[in-house]
Amino acid sequence: MTTPTKGSGFAWVGRSVRRVEDPALLTGRGRFTADLPAVHRVRFVRSSVAAGRIQKVTIPDNAMVITAAELAAVKPITPELHKFGYVAVAQPILASGFVKFVGEPVAAVVAGSEAAAEDIADGVAVGISEAAAVVDARSALEDGAPLVHAQAARNIVVEGKVETPGFAAAQSVASRVVTIELRSRRQNATPIEARAGHAVFDSASGRVTLTCATQMPHLTRTAIADLIGMPESELRVIAPDVGGGFGQKMSLVPEYVVLVWLARKLRSSVAWTEDRRENLIASFHSRDQYIRLQGAFNSDAKLVGLAAEVIANVGAYSCYPTTCAVEPLMAMAELPGPYDVRAYACVARGVLTNTCPMAPYRGVSRPVITAALERLMDLAATQFELDPTEIRRRNLIDKFPYRSATGLVFDEGSYRQTLDMAVAAVDLPEFRERQQAARLQKRYLGIGFATFSERTGYGTPAFAARGMGITPGWETVEVAMDPSGYVEVRIGASPHGQGLRTTLAQLVGDELGLAPDRIKVVHGDTDRTPYGWGTFASRSLVIAGGASVLAARKVQAKLLKIASRLLETAADDIVLEAGAARVVGTDRAIPIETLARAAYHQTHLFNGEIDPMISETATYDPPGTFSNSCHAAIVEVDTEAGQVTVERFVVAEDAGRLINPMIVDGQIVGGVAQGIGNALLEEIVYDETGNILTATLADFLPPTSREIPPIELLHLETLNDATIAQAKGLGEGGAIGAPAAILNAVNDALAPFGVTVNEMPATPRRIRAILRQAKGRGRD
Amino acid sequence: MIEKNELTLQINGQLHSIRVEPRRTLVDAIREDCGQTGTHIGCEHGVCGACTVLVDGEPVRSCLMFAVQAQDKDIRTVEGLAAGDELNPLQRAFMEHHGLQCGFCTPGFLMLITGVLDRDPDISDDDLVDVLSSNLCRCTGYQNIVKAARAAAAELRRR
Repeated sequence: MTTPTKGSGFAWVGRSVRRVEDPALLTGRGRFTADLPAVHRVRFVRSSVAAGRIQKVTIPDNAMVITAAELAAVKPITPELHKFGYVAVAQPILASGFVKFVGEPVAAVVAGSEAAAEDIADGVAVGISEAAAVVDARSALEDGAPLVHAQAARNIVVEGKVETPGFAAAQSVASRVVTIELRSRRQNATPIEARAGHAVFDSASGRVTLTCATQMPHLTRTAIADLIGMPESELRVIAPDVGGGFGQKMSLVPEYVVLVWLARKLRSSVAWTEDRRENLIASFHSRDQYIRLQGAFNSDAKLVGLAAEVIANVGAYSCYPTTCAVEPLMAMAELPGPYDVRAYACVARGVLTNTCPMAPYRGVSRPVITAALERLMDLAATQFELDPTEIRRRNLIDKFPYRSATGLVFDEGSYRQTLDMAVAAVDLPEFRERQQAARLQKRYLGIGFATFSERTGYGTPAFAARGMGITPGWETVEVAMDPSGYVEVRIGASPHGQGLRTTLAQLVGDELGLAPDRIKVVHGDTDRTPYGWGTFASRSLVIAGGASVLAARKVQAKLLKIASRLLETAADDIVLEAGAARVVGTDRAIPIETLARAAYHQTHLFNGEIDPMISETATYDPPGTFSNSCHAAIVEVDTEAGQVTVERFVVAEDAGRLINPMIVDGQIVGGVAQGIGNALLEEIVYDETGNILTATLADFLPPTSREIPPIELLHLETLNDATIAQAKGLGEGGAIGAPAAILNAVNDALAPFGVTVNEMPATPRRIRAILRQAKGRGRD
Repeated sequence: MIEKNELTLQINGQLHSIRVEPRRTLVDAIREDCGQTGTHIGCEHGVCGACTVLVDGEPVRSCLMFAVQAQDKDIRTVEGLAAGDELNPLQRAFMEHHGLQCGFCTPGFLMLITGVLDRDPDISDDDLVDVLSSNLCRCTGYQNIVKAARAAAAELRRR
């Protein structure tokens, strides 16, 4: 248990406090990057072919067009990883000599308006001598395949391998080996605000301020200063209101480097707002993976050995700062999931292709590995003639801390309990009866479960294990109280919809005995906040929240010391509550603002024993923690149309202490909706030449309100000391579990036809094709 | 240089005299020429609905309409919903039901729902879900937007 604090306990934590973020966003007063005026507008000319040598860029007369030649002094983006045979491929800011994917920026047109810049861009002719492109990762591995980067043999950019000592022995004692191949097609995270950047030069200071839609303002500053060769102090990066990110906005993009370079060159303001086509073809993609699993089960249906092959299509370049190894290595580390399997072997490759680069997207590999592992469990259940829930019960970890085959330490969770909760919620026996009855009427219902863990809030040790050139993890927070008794919490995390301004104020409020409306959380401005890593990987509430609590406790200690002096009472007998320092058991109290005033303006009272001002800093760098969930989906498959309708979706989850249940539920439901899109709808499609076919939101299909059923949520709160606030991260779980549950449900519905679907998204076209094959008709 | 047209847009009751090219979309005119940046651009091809505004009471994708087509029409945007700092019932319902996260799509949803409830205050829950499927939200999974819209409809019916 956590140490009891001198604050008022939980006056605010655990309550669905309404968000402080909302009023501005609801009234049109939000400030997004594209809202800023600029003297110059930029339009990027992009490659229309997937691979080739640039012959000539022809520029219209009197136009300002920047190409790689002008940017010769700017270094290429070359993220580093020092393990797993990683090949450090470099991405020029504008294509230099070669193009490697459709959408790659080749030139930047600068004009007085977006329309004018687009007109000029239409007149820029890029002569490219086309070369053979490779699009599919497995084709890229074949002998003789074109190489995307000459130094990466067989197009392998990273290769992780693991084999536990007892692996071979475990395979040999297995009574049954179950094999599954799963294909996850490519996706785009599709924040409704696409990328946008705005850079302005200040001629008085010589500094540039870059405002951009980023999840990582400090890393953006570091990266751009490094590439351009300028002191970081001359660059300020602001992440204003950011319209969703989901990982797509955490990596460095070459376009922002161009903007900063242009602002310095023009000594003016310059802006770029990405259009949707650019976002779909040239921002970042994700999830393009092939996974083969071989599960060795003993006669009790206990998984005794797991062998995995992972092929991740990482596109043409490697993303900064994580590198493109983030997907294959995450898969390798976490593939055994929440199951107790000691024998494990995995080969996980990142493979370069002539496609848009891949970057993290909510869940990072885990939506795919969970789908593969959960399909394996369902397939094994069928072969053992067990209920899918029973095989999970036999294999889920239930003793904690649990050290996994790959060395991950699972803190206490509630894997079996959340499974039982979900099973009870869907009333499984009743569903099976309904399913049988429906089949008689040629209606095909299916149920699918997914039990999984969500590793969250991990600090530097976890990232260091990957050997990253830049090792993120910790967060530092400053909590300052001004003379009026109001508080600023300055964080390096960079929320963009998660409501962190509200939840951190709740956490700090409880430490200081103040209402959240007296606490302002400041983020997204490198001039105003401590260096930090931004918001990604379900880390901010855990890590920035933990650091906020630690810093607030220092402030609390100082306030108590001041109160002790002013009240002439021992600090141990004083509590901070409801805006005052109160002597326990009496009505003697001093308002907190009086303490604050004293800290600045009455310091002579303290004889030098209390430092002036109230401003404390703390850093938190936790080892990480695992949330856990069970998702259950009930679907109906129209076997004529191939259409899947999600009828019910139940989430039973445990993320430790819920700081703001309303925000928690919002995160889960939003994640599930993305997972449903992942499972059924969303697919980026390339043709065999590397031309992208899904360049509008009429082709790439995020779900609408029609595709998302009411999602039923059940919570458990297992409290342990894995994190300061006893809260675990939960931003990704919805997206991790939902595809697996949906895919299992679709397969359960199709069981009478003796077919399986192990490809996502399970579109109507795919389902119809599989059913036709089963019928042996074989026509399209 | 393409010739510019003079026109007047009436946005939330305010008149804005502007000069724009004939190809200027309504959303660009609202945002850049009239300075009302609460209306957002999500796709510029009429799918996402982030740019939804009301034109003579009808929800319109302002990325698919030219500014010159909106001359003499009554345009309503998100900036016109609240009375000063006082949120209107729909805005309050969004806050109460956590109907927004990043808030980028929110102005479009607010205007879509405003238009629909003005026209059909008794709209059924199922029809409401259908209407809401006109716009995309990537954060919320829609559940809380649906709840907020239903709550606002109920409150408006009580009035």
